[in-house]
Amino acid sequence: MYNFDVERPTSIVDAVQAMSKEEAQPISGGQTLIPTLKARLAAPSVLVSLTGIEEMKGVRMSDDGRLCIGGGTTHTTVAAEAAAHYPGLASVAARIGDPAVRNRGTIGGSLANNDPSACYPAAALGSGATIVTNNREIAADDYFLGMFTTALEEGEIVTEVKFPIPQAAHYEKFLQPASRFPLVAVFVARFSDGVRVAVTGASNDGVFRWTEAEEALSANFSADAVAGLKAEGDMISDLHGTAEYRAHLVGVMTKRAVAAIA
Amino acid sequence: MPKDGGIGASTKRREDVRFLTGNGRYTDDINLRGQAYVFFLRSDVAHGKLTSVDTSAAEGMDGVVRIFTGKDFEGVGGMPCGWQVTDKHGQPMQEPGHPVLAQGKVRHVGEPIAAVVAETLGQARDAAEAIVVDIEELPAVINMKDAVKDGAPKVHEELTSNLCYDWGFVEENKEAVNKAFEDAAHVTTLELVNNRLVANPMEPRVAVGDYSRSDGEHTLYTTSQNPHVIRLLMGAFVLGIPEHKLRVVAPDVGGGFGTKIFHYQEEAFCTFAAKACNRPVKWTSSRSEAFMSDAHGRDHVTKIELALDGDNNFTAIRTDTYANMGAYLSTFAPSVPTWLHGTLMAGNYKTPLIYVNVKAVFTNTVPVDAYRGAGRPEATFQLERLVDKAAHELGVDPIKLRRQNFITEFPYATPVAVEYDTGDYVATMDKLEEMADIAGFAARRKESEAKGRLRGFGVNCYIEACGIAPSNLVGQLGARAGLYESATVRVNATGGLVVMTGSHSHGQGHETAFPQVIAEMIGIDASMIEIVHGDTARTPMGMGTYGSRSIAVGGSAMVRATEKIIAKAKKIAGHILEASEGDIELKDGMFSVAGTDKSLAWGDVTLAAYVPHNYPLEDLEPGLEETAFYDPSNFTYPSGAYACEVELDPETGQVTIERFSAADDFGNIINPMIVTGQVHGGLAQGIGQALMENCAYDSDGQLLSASYMDYAMPRASDLPFYDVDHSCQTPCTHNPLGVKGCGEAGAIGSPPAVVNAVLDAMRSGGKDVAHIDMPVTPSRVWAAMQG
Repeated sequence: MYNFDVERPTSIVDAVQAMSKEEAQPISGGQTLIPTLKARLAAPSVLVSLTGIEEMKGVRMSDDGRLCIGGGTTHTTVAAEAAAHYPGLASVAARIGDPAVRNRGTIGGSLANNDPSACYPAAALGSGATIVTNNREIAADDYFLGMFTTALEEGEIVTEVKFPIPQAAHYEKFLQPASRFPLVAVFVARFSDGVRVAVTGASNDGVFRWTEAEEALSANFSADAVAGLKAEGDMISDLHGTAEYRAHLVGVMTKRAVAAIA
Repeated sequence: MPKDGGIGASTKRREDVRFLTGNGRYTDDINLRGQAYVFFLRSDVAHGKLTSVDTSAAEGMDGVVRIFTGKDFEGVGGMPCGWQVTDKHGQPMQEPGHPVLAQGKVRHVGEPIAAVVAETLGQARDAAEAIVVDIEELPAVINMKDAVKDGAPKVHEELTSNLCYDWGFVEENKEAVNKAFEDAAHVTTLELVNNRLVANPMEPRVAVGDYSRSDGEHTLYTTSQNPHVIRLLMGAFVLGIPEHKLRVVAPDVGGGFGTKIFHYQEEAFCTFAAKACNRPVKWTSSRSEAFMSDAHGRDHVTKIELALDGDNNFTAIRTDTYANMGAYLSTFAPSVPTWLHGTLMAGNYKTPLIYVNVKAVFTNTVPVDAYRGAGRPEATFQLERLVDKAAHELGVDPIKLRRQNFITEFPYATPVAVEYDTGDYVATMDKLEEMADIAGFAARRKESEAKGRLRGFGVNCYIEACGIAPSNLVGQLGARAGLYESATVRVNATGGLVVMTGSHSHGQGHETAFPQVIAEMIGIDASMIEIVHGDTARTPMGMGTYGSRSIAVGGSAMVRATEKIIAKAKKIAGHILEASEGDIELKDGMFSVAGTDKSLAWGDVTLAAYVPHNYPLEDLEPGLEETAFYDPSNFTYPSGAYACEVELDPETGQVTIERFSAADDFGNIINPMIVTGQVHGGLAQGIGQALMENCAYDSDGQLLSASYMDYAMPRASDLPFYDVDHSCQTPCTHNPLGVKGCGEAGAIGSPPAVVNAVLDAMRSGGKDVAHIDMPVTPSRVWAAMQG
């Protein structure tokens, strides 16, 4: 690591203020950022820790029936507290990384980082969530802009994520054997007005909605409905799987997610 | 009934008390007063001309003690290679120089270019970033077959090519082997890759160099499997320090797996720099550094052929292997694809004619050397895949084909130089068939198919040569070392004793198993016996632990020393009991005179040895301390049969291991629990190689699998509950304990069973695939099933 200062604001207002410093970098659970710092791949002058901001923590139901999760809420908390309201989402949180990651990592941190193989982006996009920041609300469809890229502006903080609750949802994950991130994972959410399918791990463009599958499943919610479909796009090809294999897995994971719900 | 002490008892490991309570003392736990830290600036390109290393901006930075570059090591010896292979024309291998810090060129990603010694590691690292390195990049050679083509870029300009040696074994048999292939009724051919691995011991390498100006003594604390070997290599060949001025200490070591046998640059550097800076210098490898500086393992590309007669008897084997040496020759690298590989090509079978060709090749990659099994897994994988392929081609049962060709009479002289002393391959196969419940397989396959999964069953046999090794034999084969082992047994006045052994325990449980042997011999409690190892100042010259040699060679030295102790103790007892020493019997810690009720306790005799009041001083020296060096007369030959049952998800290509059975013959066994644990660990590494682990480079020589994000280590959840048996025991005939060694068997014996099972599963799904390379990843399986 290089040297840096640490700020520990206790309110969103103070955090935003602290973020105005030059080369300030927010840190939440630090599950990506700390290894990056240790490898000297980032050199922020100030780390603004968001973990002391109580107003950014917790899971609650809003009056309009959405599940609202504070940006600083850990995966472990989401796994426990969302289970009664949105089991499909709680199950995503419960399967991220390992216990150490889940006890530190937060939903806001994961969504701000937008790793192309992360789990939460698929849940947020697949649920049609709304990402709330310190100064606006962004629909998930407008939020994820590609690998490690989001609609967040410099210094903008994810304070809350609002999830509409589908009739049913399932996240089917195929693990990359080394990192245990998804090699390909698919989040399928069935709403009364249609189906959303979000895919992570597969594409060089990061998380994406598989619209052909959504259309097919909205018309006929069964595993057979996606049997003949093939995901298109700029798929990742690496040591762990070819682009063709990943495209194939998108279909298999979608089918299995649907089967788990139907 | 199981014993609760002595030989054959599953005594719990005494060392685990400190390991499991965080009280182990590893090299990184050693911090000396005034210690400085070193950070190595390593090459980030695979091949290039080092045109300048400018340290001027870094020199004055905070905390910098001194910066070293290759220039500081001009006139200092290079890293020595401990084995010289002679090629098929009778010429010595090509042996390039191997500097401590790069000189003139860099030859692999991770090669150290400069070293910054500073007050803190952070300061050393900061200063290293300020060093300006100018490298004129050269084309990298990564693929072995490309590397030996005419006109390929040379890793070492001073050599004639990238070919280290072209080894033929046994060269005199070549024509007869070729003739056997011409006459064969059937020939099975297989081309395969034995994937490159990174050992990944839990504890990364660490070195702490210390120097005492007052007496000129150097001390190196290091994560080594063999501190005396490091003392000899580093002292004599690199730094020119005589042994009496150099102490090497390898305290608790957190796993070695071969990769901590070798002498590394960082050890020489810390020892050198401690004197140059006149203060202790410490280096602790990061995991990232370990990936690009620990010697890698395996990395063979092989074509192998089997000739059979009309009755399916094996008549000849012919192999053609390319073995990757990496950019430099690591300490024992040349021996691995030759004498640890070619000599095992007979396997468990009475194939009369064998010819092995190995081309060792330099590439711009990390040096490759021994990794758990070292050469023997490569031999076993080829042979056992080949036999399975032959069985499939011939339409015969793979177990039946193996049984038909088993060696059944011992001793058996193979056509590849070694002579197996004992074994019973039929017995281990019988045991395996029982354990694997072959009769129940069809029902289990049905259950899997009901879930949409395929199920496959695979077996293999293995033989290994371990307990290495007879010094005169390995000397003829090119070893620049002896491979005996030593032990000093020091009995204290009150009867307790200390064994100072040249073997080194880095996970093997010597501190528990070795005392069991002496406890049995003398009849005293094992708690009276302490094992000292890992310190050249405290133990006699020993060769350390690798090649499953500790109990077979080190244990034998300890037995020999203990026999001397007992012989002397009997003389003392005879004197006190006024009887002839020939009439003295030792049982349960009591000396007695045969046929009388006269007896004396062990402790009375040991006390008399040090308080020699009533003692035959005219005939016998006081004291009770003996040393023995034991040089084995042959290798030992553990063998066994393994079976693997996999489930395969045809939609994803995911393979899971549902059952794994291992029937081993390790000869006599000292501690069955420790043996079981050794087999479990070996199986995890063998299955890891078969399914997951892969060290991959891109064509520019960048290491793609440079962290745990991309290098897949097996985890508990990837492995089944093993069924392990070692009740088949044909004792070794040439060492005093009748033991064979068990450390490497699991890693040697498991990969082919896994791959054979995967191919069987694929066949059951209608895909007859001739071969699939390791690691058998989901992506590869799926792709193979599309073909």
